[in-house]
Amino acid sequence: MPALAVLAPPAAHAHLVVTGMGPLYDGVSHFALSPEDFLPVIALGFSAGFRGPEQARALSCTAPLAWFAGGVLAMMNVAPGDIALSLATAVLFLVIGGSLAANRSIPIVASAVVAIFLGLSRGMADFAEQAPSGANFTMLFGTSAAIFVVCALAASVTLPLTRHWMIVTARVCGSWIAALGLLLVGWIFRYGPIAH
Amino acid sequence: MRKPGTARSTEIAFAMLLACGLPLQASAHLVTGEGGGFVSGLQHPVSGLDHIIAMVAVGLWGAQLGQPAIWLLPVTFPLVMAFGGFLGLIGVPLPGSELAIALSGVCLGAAVLTEFRPNLWVAGVLVGTFGLFHGYSHGAELTPGQNPLFYSLGFVLATGILHAAGVTIGTIHRWHWGRLTLRGTGAVILCGGLFFLWGDLR
Repeated sequence: MPALAVLAPPAAHAHLVVTGMGPLYDGVSHFALSPEDFLPVIALGFSAGFRGPEQARALSCTAPLAWFAGGVLAMMNVAPGDIALSLATAVLFLVIGGSLAANRSIPIVASAVVAIFLGLSRGMADFAEQAPSGANFTMLFGTSAAIFVVCALAASVTLPLTRHWMIVTARVCGSWIAALGLLLVGWIFRYGPIAH
Repeated sequence: MRKPGTARSTEIAFAMLLACGLPLQASAHLVTGEGGGFVSGLQHPVSGLDHIIAMVAVGLWGAQLGQPAIWLLPVTFPLVMAFGGFLGLIGVPLPGSELAIALSGVCLGAAVLTEFRPNLWVAGVLVGTFGLFHGYSHGAELTPGQNPLFYSLGFVLATGILHAAGVTIGTIHRWHWGRLTLRGTGAVILCGGLFFLWGDLR
């Protein structure tokens, strides 16, 4: 009987991260284990911190709210195709990383627009083809909460920085994230959309 | 005398063994290959000595030039290198890239050897130009099947670590013996570059 059972397995559609602690923590873990999600959020938090507490507060709220909205839209099947989402991810890596590396002052509205684009595109990419169920909404809430915490923490790290080498280190991280974005754009042109 | 249930246990064990012999493809695990992609990307910049010497030389030269070149050059190189990778990925022809990579060892080695101190923008353009060719050769060689993000992450990290190694070694520049050692290292890099250039021209 065990042999027969193994011979006819159903197709497995496991979620990437199942912690066993419920959908809220699944959402948190999904964010923490997805570099395409947490790298731009950390860079966004760093650059927001460099631009002062006002931008740090604004972006820490804007990004998770946009992420939640993006996830809800994706569950309602309102999302662009894989290519568009992949390109958006790559370009956002480039823009957010480049903005951190350049460390120039940017108006709060421009920063908020970038944060909204990041939240919408990554929220849509994460929750594309997911059914609008209670568990998925809880998971989306977990992801958004994690984004708020990480963005606020990253901003609070760079906000009081005065030592030159620390600022340079953060800017170097930004240049690396921008470099990732450039490589991803090339990859998408050559091989198509990246996996989310 | 056999213990009760032994025969049944043997049957179950045999059935399970049989089941193990007939595995079907498991597609549940979505993170397969990510680690491999990262390691592959990490290995790419350190796969050739011609790449290594040039990237370490960028860090050494930056340390010799001091602020702000010490961090500006290692920031410029990965960015322009990624742009070169982008050009390689989309298939833009860039002839003579292997020759330029070998030349980068020669020029950067000579710069470290002579403690060449040009304007910052000249140093940036020089380093950026060589970074373009290094990135192009990596981008043109990439094959499908890797996770692009993890591969790129490994690739950029390895490049950054090589620069950081150069900058860290370059901090000995504050001492007289350190300056001499750095210039000696520049001579070794120059010889390495000439060796690769000779190999390319033959």
